[in-house]
Amino acid sequence: MSSLFSSHCRSDAPAGRRPFLGGLLAIALLRPAAAATETMQAAIRGFTGGVAPQPGGVTLDIPPLVENGNAVPLTVEAESPMTEADHIRAIGIFNERNPQPHVLTAVLGPWSGTARIGTRIRLATSQRLVAVAALNDGSFRFAEAQVVVTLAACVEG
Amino acid sequence: MARTLLRIPATAARGEVVEIRTLIQHPMETGYRPGADGTVQPRDIIRRFTCHYNNRLVFEAALHPAIAANPFLSFTITAAESGILVFTWEGDNGFAQTETRALEVV
Amino acid sequence: MRRFATLALALLALGAGPRSGFETMTPELQAMQRDDFANPGMLWVAEGEALFQRQGCTGCHTPAQMVGVAARYPVFDAGRDGPIDLAGRIAQCREQRQGAAPLPTESPEALALAAYVANQSRGLPLAPDPDPRLDPARRQGEALFRERRGQLNLSCAQCHDDNAGRRLAGSAIPEGHANGYPLYRLEWQGLGSLRRRLRSCMVGVRSEPFPPDAPEYLALEAYLAMRARGLVVETPAIRP
Repeated sequence: MSSLFSSHCRSDAPAGRRPFLGGLLAIALLRPAAAATETMQAAIRGFTGGVAPQPGGVTLDIPPLVENGNAVPLTVEAESPMTEADHIRAIGIFNERNPQPHVLTAVLGPWSGTARIGTRIRLATSQRLVAVAALNDGSFRFAEAQVVVTLAACVEG
Repeated sequence: MARTLLRIPATAARGEVVEIRTLIQHPMETGYRPGADGTVQPRDIIRRFTCHYNNRLVFEAALHPAIAANPFLSFTITAAESGILVFTWEGDNGFAQTETRALEVV
Repeated sequence: MRRFATLALALLALGAGPRSGFETMTPELQAMQRDDFANPGMLWVAEGEALFQRQGCTGCHTPAQMVGVAARYPVFDAGRDGPIDLAGRIAQCREQRQGAAPLPTESPEALALAAYVANQSRGLPLAPDPDPRLDPARRQGEALFRERRGQLNLSCAQCHDDNAGRRLAGSAIPEGHANGYPLYRLEWQGLGSLRRRLRSCMVGVRSEPFPPDAPEYLALEAYLAMRARGLVVETPAIRP
């Protein structure tokens, strides 16, 4: 089985027919930069109900350089006392250049103790990620990270 | 039944924040990937994960195709009282799995 | 004094023998491999453990008896008058001793059982079977390793001996040691065998892979085990 966004991976493979086809597919799947940013921003607006998130108070921990975009570990942690009066109620993770801007949305509460979640994600290519934390007072905070995906030189297929 | 791995402390002090880690075997087929015959393979992903602690929903996640195959999720809960943790994964093609673990609060 | 210590360390590093692909991975992937609750290969190990019980392996073997087994394979099999690898032995056990149909080669169940058995040797150094009757296979394996193949006209050795440690595109070229199979390759998004990796390398240099049950695989496996001698078993390893 080839990698998830194999079309893109192949575009970096040695010359041949498949990489060429792969390149065409990659163009079809990957959005142009400006449109990509807008698609992600729209997804974030969907999560916040149109409220503009403020920077700070959120840590998005993801390796800046990854060897394979098929499983990239990340953790998101929002600063919060996690009390009834003051807590994070949800965390959303968004990406700029996968076929879809959504990654994960998690619902938390004061019982969570911390606002820390971890998962592993797919990255079709080097891109920007945004993590948004929803506070119980209706405000939103965010952090972003840029990840460079170095693609494998030798892939199946 | 998909194989799962759950890391939950067997015991916790009252009020202690414990980290739970979950892994489940699932291809998370994105719906964007061509198969060997060139046609795009239909999407087959886990869409929703929940954790209930003594029947109360304490964590819920919506998953998208950008989540890696064999999904890993970690989160925390506050150990309030001894009880049962119920984990569910639901997804495309009727995928549904439930795992149950005891948490002893001392 | 410190200079001497640094020099000694450098010399140790130079003369340290084989170097696992683990060493050239990013810290994040190393952490994923080390943590049994983060390593997705452990899902297959858990499956293999259940199969080991359910399929009656425990009628003859205790899990404790499996410790060190994977570190010795491939071994010499008198019946076949040649090497047999761990997957082959598991299939043979089912067929000859249990009278059951062998699990399809590289099926999820076969991989899970092999992963479980090999995981019992995790942390032990590879100690290939010293039987001299394996020598012809090892020699054949080494010759294959050094033979240029395919449209790219590359041998295994040209990448994994001559250029190991350098980079090909964005990727580090590992020494190509088989000390973590079956392993979880992020590219595969699942667990796979050494044979799958060998086929993938052959396709990579644009050559025709050997047919599924070709003796060349066993020869290569026997040579690779000797080549990686002393490295610890990492099953289930993670690789990018």
